[in-house]
Amino acid sequence: MLDLFPIVVLLPLLGFLHNGLLKDRIPHRFAGAIGTLAVFIPFLITLGAFNEFNPMERTAPHLVPVFDWIVIGDFKTSFGYQIDQLSLYMTLIITGIGSLIHLYSMGYMKGNKGYNRFFSYLNLFIFCMLNLVLSDNLVLTFLGWEGVGLASYLLIGFDYDKSSAAEAGMKAFILNRIGDVGFILGTGFLYWLGGSLQYLTLQTNLSELSEFANYANLIALFFFIAAMGKSAQIPLYVWLPDAMAGPTPVSALIHAATMVTAGVFLIVRLNFVFFLAPDTSFFIACIGALTALFAATIGLLQNDIKKILAYSTVSQLGFMFLAMGSMSYVAGLFHLMTHAFFKALLFLGAGSVIHALHHEQNIKHMGKLFGKIKITSLTFLLGTLAIAGFFPFSGFFSKDLILEKTYTYGAFGSVLWTVGVVAAFFTSFYMFRLVFVVFFGKDNTDSHHKVHESPWTMTFPLVVLAVGAVGSGFFLTPHFFLHIDTLERYFAPILERGTILANQTGTYTKHTELNHGVEISLAAFSVGIASLGLILAYLIYQRKQSPILEEHTGFRKILFHKYYIDEIYDVLFVKPYVFLSKGIAYTFDIKILDRFFLGIGGSFGVIANGLRRLQSGFIGDYALYVVLGTFCILVYILTRGV
Amino acid sequence: MNPLINGIPIHYLLGLAGILFSIGVLGVLIRRNIVIIFMSVELILNSVNLVFVTFSKALSHINGETIVFFVMAIAAAEAAVGLALVIAIFRHKKSTNVDELQSMRW
Repeated sequence: MLDLFPIVVLLPLLGFLHNGLLKDRIPHRFAGAIGTLAVFIPFLITLGAFNEFNPMERTAPHLVPVFDWIVIGDFKTSFGYQIDQLSLYMTLIITGIGSLIHLYSMGYMKGNKGYNRFFSYLNLFIFCMLNLVLSDNLVLTFLGWEGVGLASYLLIGFDYDKSSAAEAGMKAFILNRIGDVGFILGTGFLYWLGGSLQYLTLQTNLSELSEFANYANLIALFFFIAAMGKSAQIPLYVWLPDAMAGPTPVSALIHAATMVTAGVFLIVRLNFVFFLAPDTSFFIACIGALTALFAATIGLLQNDIKKILAYSTVSQLGFMFLAMGSMSYVAGLFHLMTHAFFKALLFLGAGSVIHALHHEQNIKHMGKLFGKIKITSLTFLLGTLAIAGFFPFSGFFSKDLILEKTYTYGAFGSVLWTVGVVAAFFTSFYMFRLVFVVFFGKDNTDSHHKVHESPWTMTFPLVVLAVGAVGSGFFLTPHFFLHIDTLERYFAPILERGTILANQTGTYTKHTELNHGVEISLAAFSVGIASLGLILAYLIYQRKQSPILEEHTGFRKILFHKYYIDEIYDVLFVKPYVFLSKGIAYTFDIKILDRFFLGIGGSFGVIANGLRRLQSGFIGDYALYVVLGTFCILVYILTRGV
Repeated sequence: MNPLINGIPIHYLLGLAGILFSIGVLGVLIRRNIVIIFMSVELILNSVNLVFVTFSKALSHINGETIVFFVMAIAAAEAAVGLALVIAIFRHKKSTNVDELQSMRW
């Protein structure tokens, strides 16, 4: 299975080409099946490879070189895949949850005229994402990195005849490009120092380079800027909430399993850089904590069901980066997986609700759905319990691990921990607000339509994801509960080199072991916080149905308008940029550049027009030219000498 | 170099060649009848032949006369091919006027 691995990447590409080229010449059902299988078969292969690789025992990665790609002098980049614990982990999540989302899309997109196009985009997305995580060098990773940017642009702007969707697509694309500058700079620096772009070679080269620690902070910062864009951290997060302009499965795919976690993946992949960069790491932790809190507060007052979930994604990503910054990479990856499950579940559940209510997205027009759409509401509830961090759902274990690691991280650990806990409280509150308003509370649905449960292609993924959202926490549990450390041991080989390096240079952040009493009280505290959110939401939205948070005055108005960040960006960046562009377009471009180049073209036109008259077609004329030419040459020779 | 050839000064001969050449060129340029143009071309060739012969004599060197033979041979061949073409064109167009042969004009 390990040698078959390139097929994992190839199949989604073939699916993309098949559905993309044949477009509407094949029936929808067939295209959907092809698209789904193109992700599901790789999932099976990955499972096989996972067993064969034996990740708990084996430490060395398995390299699969495919072909040389760019060879210029000493510079060489190849298409090659590196199969190790990290890439297998990511691939399983991407293909596993990806195929569920594909299956779901078969039901959700039914009747959409862009059905086949949609599936080809989805496969392109998966293809790029797999390249991103499986690549053994930075250039191929960058190809995948840009590829998911492109695919997300296509998917977010899927309904391109709606200007909001088209604009959201562009927004995502452009904000990601800003981050990508960091990626390119970081890659350049790493090549300059390490003389290679292959992760493994870089790892060994850099560990022999004594002055590398001086640059590590800078390089780490560049890569973090890249991660900021892709993983929607402050200040580049604004594209993600708008990304829900695409069809719901797209939101699930982008938000849960794939693109936004690329930043987290990148940091772990380059952990040998980040381990040596304590200052940047602290910065990352601060940004992560801020993002978690900031997005959670915005989520409090949104009324669009998908927008609430979108802000919760931004917030959860903040948690992951909090873990990354406090150098507990395993905790971050753990949360990545649990989040993939419950966020995919929530988004698909939201899609199912939207589907049931005939494309109603405003939660004010929902209510009392519990029981009417049984599977959807039950699984949605499970997902909410998971994201809010209730024991023993998956979100509890991963979020608590992050908070615990943050607590023990350096001098400011407790401050960051406080921010994280407050964010967790808000998360619990707005998620239960959503649940109470949509599934319980007053019935505000448009009663003309009958509410109906979705087809099995949509509910089946929900059930599977719900199982994951409930159970996936048991890969890593705290000391006082079962004490499972599977993931810690699983990821040890990935982090080994970086840890050794960091120990040598003295930049290693040691997480002090908490005694069990403190650990239990931390966990109990966060469950208490989550319960507080639940109770508060219950009181406000279920019992009193108080409008306290719906009147948008004062600070609530600011919150409702998302701190006016979009407007601020508009004034600060977009407007001046547009102004400048217009200035350049109408003065420099049209008046100078265009005239210059059109002038060159035009003058050749004039000359040609003149010369055309010489070709009269009369023999006599040509003879005359010959004679005249001869005459001129003779005159020249006679006057100037030979 | 001998300035006289059989008592005739060399510049007379060259002048005659020049006149013949000019008449030939003028004929090619201004006449419309393709047969006349052909004859004018022959005139040009012969004027050149005359120059060759003149210098050959004046310099007592055989090269010029050798080239004349070549020119004559080629002129004969050219006339044969050329006249065949003229006949073919005439059959096709019923005309020997070159201005009417403009089917390849843009």
